[in-house]
Amino acid sequence: MGDLQRTPLYEAHRRLGARLVEFAGWEMPVQYTSILDEHAAVRHRAGLFDVSHMGQIHLSGPGAVAAAERLLSCPVASLREGRVRYGLLCNEKGGVVDDVTVYRTAADAVMLCVNAANVDKDRRWIERQLAEGPDAAGTRIDDRSQETGLLALQGQVAADALGRVAEAGVRRLRRFAFGVFRVADVEALVSNTGYTGSPGYEIYVPAGETERVWNELLARGADLGVVPAGLGARDTLRLEAALPLYGHELDDDTSPLAAGLDRFVKRETGGFIGAEAIEAAAAAGHAQVLVGFELEDRGVARAGHTISRDGEVLGRVTSGAPSPTLGRSIGLGYVPPDAAAPGTALRIEVRSRSLAARVVATPFVTTQAQTHSRVQER
Amino acid sequence: MSDYEFPAENWYTQEDEWVRVENDRVVIGVTDYAQQQLGDVVFLELPEPGDELKQGEPFGVIESVKAVSDLFAPVTGEVLERNTSLEESPELVNESCYDAGWILALAPADESEFEGLMDANAYREYVEEREGSEDGDDD
Repeated sequence: MGDLQRTPLYEAHRRLGARLVEFAGWEMPVQYTSILDEHAAVRHRAGLFDVSHMGQIHLSGPGAVAAAERLLSCPVASLREGRVRYGLLCNEKGGVVDDVTVYRTAADAVMLCVNAANVDKDRRWIERQLAEGPDAAGTRIDDRSQETGLLALQGQVAADALGRVAEAGVRRLRRFAFGVFRVADVEALVSNTGYTGSPGYEIYVPAGETERVWNELLARGADLGVVPAGLGARDTLRLEAALPLYGHELDDDTSPLAAGLDRFVKRETGGFIGAEAIEAAAAAGHAQVLVGFELEDRGVARAGHTISRDGEVLGRVTSGAPSPTLGRSIGLGYVPPDAAAPGTALRIEVRSRSLAARVVATPFVTTQAQTHSRVQER
Repeated sequence: MSDYEFPAENWYTQEDEWVRVENDRVVIGVTDYAQQQLGDVVFLELPEPGDELKQGEPFGVIESVKAVSDLFAPVTGEVLERNTSLEESPELVNESCYDAGWILALAPADESEFEGLMDANAYREYVEEREGSEDGDDD
């Protein structure tokens, strides 16, 4: 795998016997032992993920918050210091440049945590928007992706495990809050956030200190059941929680409203790039909307498979996998609104077989973390 | 590099399947290397008894959590039996790929086809070659 980027934990992953695969230009661990075991560990105990491939773009200066307000679908000016929100960077057509979390790091600064595949695209997009907008002079853009390591400690025992190696205050972090704490004697930005649907934390550390924090969390958390977990489990976990994955549920041509992300979009106030196009598309009616489905037949639906009804093609699967928690296959895909009601019978065309499926409400699996995040996002 | 088990009594294919001769029939499955590469197996799509398989052609699929792969007929022959335990317990392929996780039993049509298969030593070399090339960029 030539020319792939490696995180600061590459050698640690090799020593742990991880299977490494290409993901978004990075050589990343897909699993250490088994995706099913790592998935179960997160749902019942905890898993530690290396997500250092993700990017961190900092905006700072007198114009930074106004700039972020204009760039992002979610409110930023009202975001208090020490709080995080999920939002979309949208283009003028109302499609999604990237989905990000925005951290209010200071009165005049925010950090965007962005998808690995989109770091350069996002930075260029932000630079161009700021150059054309009123905030350019007062805003500094600082891409710290390369110098930042990122760990996600996710699961029921995440708080206990982190509490063992971090300053006590870390346990008082509420959902979607963050602060700077010493973790394994390393100064880290810790947020009560994640991408698994289970409770947990994301821990930003200087790249060179990532392995120290990783090792301490694994060693001190071992008796609680903390295990290393790979991108394979991360994908099945986020799918059970119906969290979108950029490039699958979201792309440059898809409205966040079609993807069901209404609650992360400033619909009343607007005022962000893409707002008018998003509202115009909503008013005209979306040709397709995102739904969750469960397979009633045995098999696995995967991204790209055709969704049909009565022999008519309705759309495509954007993500699909066996749900380890539910014991049956689940997926997300786009269908016309008249086929989106829970209970609607669909067929998924899987190679030579046509499998029975049924639209279901999402998330597929409801967990404590999600209940909390729902309440606090409102 | 992982440790793999390749029993000496089996024949092996380039598609990482094994073939074991049992009197007048052959039993086939996927190798220890294949099951480790696949990861957790969750579903298999298999032919019915009576179906005819042709050597080298795909006859079914094996799905793991992460990916789907074709299964290729190691020899030509008629399907005598398929392992129905795999419907409820596909994880047997991971837990016991040479015994409880067997996939099909066939009536081989042409025993000369066996000459094209590898023995355990040759197959181990074939696996190590590929593992070596995967690791080739490690300085």
